[in-house]
Amino acid sequence: MVRFLEQFINGLSVGSVYALIALGYTMVYGIARMINFAHGDIIMVGAYVLYVCKSIIGLPSIVSVIVTIVFCSLLGITIEKIAYKPLRKAPSLAVLITAIGMSFLLQALSLLIFGANPITFPSVIKVSPIYIGSITISGITIITFVVTFICMIGLTYFVNNTKAGSAMRAASEDKPAAELMGINVNRTISMVFAIGSALAGVAGFLYISQYQSLMPTLGALPGIKAFVAAVLGGIGSIPGAMLGGIMLGVIESLSKAYISTQLADAIVFGILVIVLIVKPSGLLGKNSIEKV
Amino acid sequence: MAMLEVRDLDVFYGVIQAIKSVSFEVNEGEIIALIGANGAGKTTILQSISGLLTPKKGSIKFEGRELVKMPTHDIVALGMAHIPEGRRIFANQTVYENLKLGAYTRKSKEETNSILEKVYKSFPRLKERSKQLAGTLSGGEQQMLAMGRALMSNPRIILMDEPSMGLSPLFVNEIFDIIKEINKAGTTVFLVEQNAKKALSIADRAYVLETGKIVIEGSAKELLNDDSVKKAYLGE
Repeated sequence: MVRFLEQFINGLSVGSVYALIALGYTMVYGIARMINFAHGDIIMVGAYVLYVCKSIIGLPSIVSVIVTIVFCSLLGITIEKIAYKPLRKAPSLAVLITAIGMSFLLQALSLLIFGANPITFPSVIKVSPIYIGSITISGITIITFVVTFICMIGLTYFVNNTKAGSAMRAASEDKPAAELMGINVNRTISMVFAIGSALAGVAGFLYISQYQSLMPTLGALPGIKAFVAAVLGGIGSIPGAMLGGIMLGVIESLSKAYISTQLADAIVFGILVIVLIVKPSGLLGKNSIEKV
Repeated sequence: MAMLEVRDLDVFYGVIQAIKSVSFEVNEGEIIALIGANGAGKTTILQSISGLLTPKKGSIKFEGRELVKMPTHDIVALGMAHIPEGRRIFANQTVYENLKLGAYTRKSKEETNSILEKVYKSFPRLKERSKQLAGTLSGGEQQMLAMGRALMSNPRIILMDEPSMGLSPLFVNEIFDIIKEINKAGTTVFLVEQNAKKALSIADRAYVLETGKIVIEGSAKELLNDDSVKKAYLGE
């Protein structure tokens, strides 16, 4: 029982990081109808920025984290502006290829700057673990829960209760109609990239605190898993991304503990396949008919 | 000076010319009808005015300002509302949220709330259904929502694209009554309709569009008695 609970909590923690990343995929898909394959690499950039701020420049942890989030957010806006915006009316395949190219570009740049050897980077989180009975919850897990909880509540409030959030939902549903309301759709798309990338920055901070080793390809695996989480929850759905991410983390963690470490990823992707066969739009996705 | 002045407008879809050297004007306070068959280019003209399409040639002036190449959201902020063909309400948002989006360009909260009260007064059904998702409304109610949403920006001119499309005859009468009221309250109306009889019955002046060209123009009364209009559009 103790082992189960520990694995479950561990799964929730990993899953909430997936959820943060999945939110970026799903929000960008919702408004720009594209899969931003460079999204995972923003996590990597975030991890390196945190490392530079903390270990090289020597800024205090909290300042380093804030700089990381702001940097990622600006990076997201910049990528959208230079790479995706000119392709707003291009076929979706062109946008997809561009996104993959952007992903390689970010990895190559970090390879060029930081080299291929992994860099050890001790966690910036210095919170002592808490003990509940015989269960130990690490400081990183606690911080992960608190941070993702705040992000999700904040995002949900923003999307549902603010004017900008309402504009975002309108632009996701019907761009010309949103323009006719006086909404600057281009600026709204920019804002979505800013928010999604800021969340990727947060995820980068949490992820690197857990794994403590920097590599130019570190964003690839959490990126692809979060993408799976977004599809599992229903791409385009914000609650779907949260649910999908957390489910994925828990399933992965329990599979590793009880079934097989090697098979864990196969199980996760197997579940995705089953869900998509039963409900092709994902768990919370809407069955939308493509408008002609 | 006319409120809205369109001069020598040419619009292309790829190599196909949809609008051929169209000129017309709308004066403040008028209801102007643009009638014509399906595919004549009526919607294309409206979309060019509100910036959803970019014309190849010509000028569109609203209160002296050139609209060609201005982004749609800036045009809307100048005081122009456009009710698009097929209504295009935000189906996944509530009636209230849709109306609030209509007031997106308005900064003052008090002003928005007072306009909202007016809209609810004109459309009591929207008030009853304010918390309902817009996609669950009937066709007629959706048209009312589209109109209410356009009014929320307190526009000086409203462009309406086929407001009677797909509605029962009863609703059509109601919608045209509402258009008259909107105009009486001081808003200029530019109305695009296939239902020529209804449109001419409330319009001051009208233009007839055939395959991208304006072929007849005049007062609505003249057009109602014009033999070629009667034959082609009024079914007499």
